[in-house]
Amino acid sequence: MKFRLSIGAMALLVAGVPLANPPLGLPPVPVPADNPQTPEKIALGERIFHDKRLSATGEVGCVSCHDPAMAFTDSPKRVSVGVNGLTGTRNAPTVVNAAYMKSQFWDGREPSLETQSHQPFVNPVEGGLENHAPLLAVVRSDPDYAAAFQRVYGKAGEQITMTEIGQAIASFERTLIAGNSPFDRYHYGGDPRALNDQERRGFDLYLNKARCVSCHVIEQDQALFTDNAFHNVGVGINQIQDEIPPLASAFLEAKRRGADVDKTVLTDPKASELGRFAVTDDISTVGAFKTPTLRNVARTAPYMHDGSLDTLREVVIHYNLGGKSQESDRVNPYLSGGIRPLDLSEPEIDDLVAFLEALTSPEFAATTATTTSPTGDEDHEPSTVTAQLPEAGERDRSDRPAAAEPGAVELRQPESGLHFRLPLGFPHPTHQGD
Amino acid sequence: MAETNLLSPKPDFVLYGGDIAQLGLKEEIDHGLELLSPLRYKTYHALGEHDYYLDLGEYWERRIGPQYYSFDHKGVHFVVLNSILTHDDWINKWPTPMDRMMTMAGLDNPEGSPFMVGDKQREWLRRDLAKVAKTTPLVVLSHSPLQKIFRNWNFWTEDAEQVQALLAPFERVSVLYGHVHQIQYNQIGNISFNSAMATAWPWPYPETYAQAPSHLPVLTVPMNRADPFQERDATGWQFVDIHSGRVALNYSLNDNGNRVVAYNAATGQPEDQGFQPADARIPPQTHY
Ligand code: HEC
Ligand code: HEC
Ligand SMILES: [Fe+2]
Repeated sequence: MKFRLSIGAMALLVAGVPLANPPLGLPPVPVPADNPQTPEKIALGERIFHDKRLSATGEVGCVSCHDPAMAFTDSPKRVSVGVNGLTGTRNAPTVVNAAYMKSQFWDGREPSLETQSHQPFVNPVEGGLENHAPLLAVVRSDPDYAAAFQRVYGKAGEQITMTEIGQAIASFERTLIAGNSPFDRYHYGGDPRALNDQERRGFDLYLNKARCVSCHVIEQDQALFTDNAFHNVGVGINQIQDEIPPLASAFLEAKRRGADVDKTVLTDPKASELGRFAVTDDISTVGAFKTPTLRNVARTAPYMHDGSLDTLREVVIHYNLGGKSQESDRVNPYLSGGIRPLDLSEPEIDDLVAFLEALTSPEFAATTATTTSPTGDEDHEPSTVTAQLPEAGERDRSDRPAAAEPGAVELRQPESGLHFRLPLGFPHPTHQGD
Repeated sequence: MAETNLLSPKPDFVLYGGDIAQLGLKEEIDHGLELLSPLRYKTYHALGEHDYYLDLGEYWERRIGPQYYSFDHKGVHFVVLNSILTHDDWINKWPTPMDRMMTMAGLDNPEGSPFMVGDKQREWLRRDLAKVAKTTPLVVLSHSPLQKIFRNWNFWTEDAEQVQALLAPFERVSVLYGHVHQIQYNQIGNISFNSAMATAWPWPYPETYAQAPSHLPVLTVPMNRADPFQERDATGWQFVDIHSGRVALNYSLNDNGNRVVAYNAATGQPEDQGFQPADARIPPQTHY
């Protein structure tokens, strides 16, 4: 007898509580010693994350671009939209599992979650504030916020600074953890049926012929799908490769004169393509971006730092062509040595895409609340539907473990309408050194 | 090449330390020059054994220029030597040029022969240097180290002492060399020796890292490499700053930390800016 849980397009993350045991396939969440997790701090961070008042127009919050319904991205937008409809240069990465990243942003320009969140509020194409003062004024005067800061930090008024705000947001983000995908259940959970034949072939390609694993790392007991390093894989920069020498020197010159990296790369499309170089000034990192996680990637189209590839198939074709999206493109001379034509056949491309689609955590696997599950056939046939668009091609996972874990209760938070799952009797948070 | 073109400030020229080919073939030399062609700077070449021992440098000379030469630039006298010559009777003993080339291209081959600058070129060097004031900074580019490190791999120049004697009267002498694919530096009298990194052929991982038997000679200290999954790790190139009349090498090391080896006027020798003190060094890997 099969059953399928129909889950609304809402996050079922273990949000709002400190996470004791990481889900299958993930290590314990690193928590810095100077910012321990507490339920109150997490709740405060969550509240700030959802608060659109803290922007120039009162219409943009973190949640605008990191929407729980879109696996904490703004899919299907190519690049993010901030105040007054202004667009940036980059695609919003998911915040889910960002807690494991050794640096934040596509170019790693922020070292931690604690500091990352200071930027969006004052970026002209995101929150649009001139500086942090108006935001601090709100959280210092709003009675609910004042009470929360008092409870969490024992601080009030001027004592509340961006440090406390950044810490609270970071604590919330450390609860946005999702593993336990079909891949995890197959590879770590000992369930040979969790992946079908096609997905298993895709996994083999991922490890061997396609060599994806050399950057999107899978380890013996966990898989973050990133090496936390920066590589030029030929996205965006191919088109402007001949302009790079003047662009690079103009950028360095502007930086010497005091230009803000965060603002420049998100507002100047060509400067954005300099990638990691904009942060390090190191010419061996031109056009290099951080290896993103691949968890839940089927839910976060379009892809790459500039959102230039619409589907996972296009991504795989880009790699298959050795670092260019069209046969007629020219690879750029700064390309990573690890990117070479792969010689994958059409069926192999399909297999690899199928594998990438098996990296979706149960929290993000379902489509909408109205989805009715196909009944009957649980046979795990290779899907004929490839996910062209984030909405399309939802796979039948009816024979897979349902989203809910035993011993969890579902709560509806009245304010936001979000679902949260609280594991029963969650113990005190554990702190790992960083 | 692309990275070098981005340097700021721009270098005045590029020095290429030799071994543009593997087995001295025309198509290899052509291919190497094609790879170098995006460089936007004048390039001075030294000759390596891989370029030489097939046709004794004939095609290389035709495509690139003389095997040894000198020039002056902004008050520095530059000399480029062919330091990979060897005895005539060894050169002439092979049934075919490719036999000769293959033997010289191998390591630890008892049939090999040591590199040398030779009488003729040393005489040319003596006369070239006679015109130069002893206070002029001198930079010598050669393929092999003009010092004796390890003979089996020709980290070695047989007549190194005689060449050094010609350089000794000058106040500031820097020898730059290729061939070794690793960072080496040394001071002999007033002569500083610095090696270039290679953009290809990284040294193998230590046995403990590779989890496979090593066939390196026992004398060789394996190179510490950051990460066995980074294929460009242990390759690199360097920006040479010669402003002071002494060299400072800024090594750009792919997928690894960059390093700087610069002459320290106080101690009178080249020093690594990060790893010079004994307690700052990374011990050789002894376990996986
Ligand atoms: C206008 C849309 C927008 C808003 C508002 C926004 N972000 Fe982002 N976020 C982005 C984009 C785009 C990036 C990638 C930017 C880059 O890498 O240069 C990003 C990157 C991030 C990352 C880095 C993830 C990684 O893997 O590197 C985190 C974490 C994050 N945002 C959290 C937040 C938080 C917290 C807030 C609210 C304080 C916020 N964002 C507000 C669009 C937005
Ligand atoms: C040399 C390292 C490297 C290799 C090998 C590699 N990737 Fe990537 N991958 C990256 C980097 C870096 C990015 C981000 C690039 C950018 O945006 O410019 C990326 C981005 C992606 C994305 C987009 C994710 C998102 O959220 O936008 C997908 C999907 C992806 N890679 C899949 C693969 C697959 C499949 C393979 C094997 C065929 C592979 N990668 C091989 C480094 C690598
Ligand atoms: Fe050599």
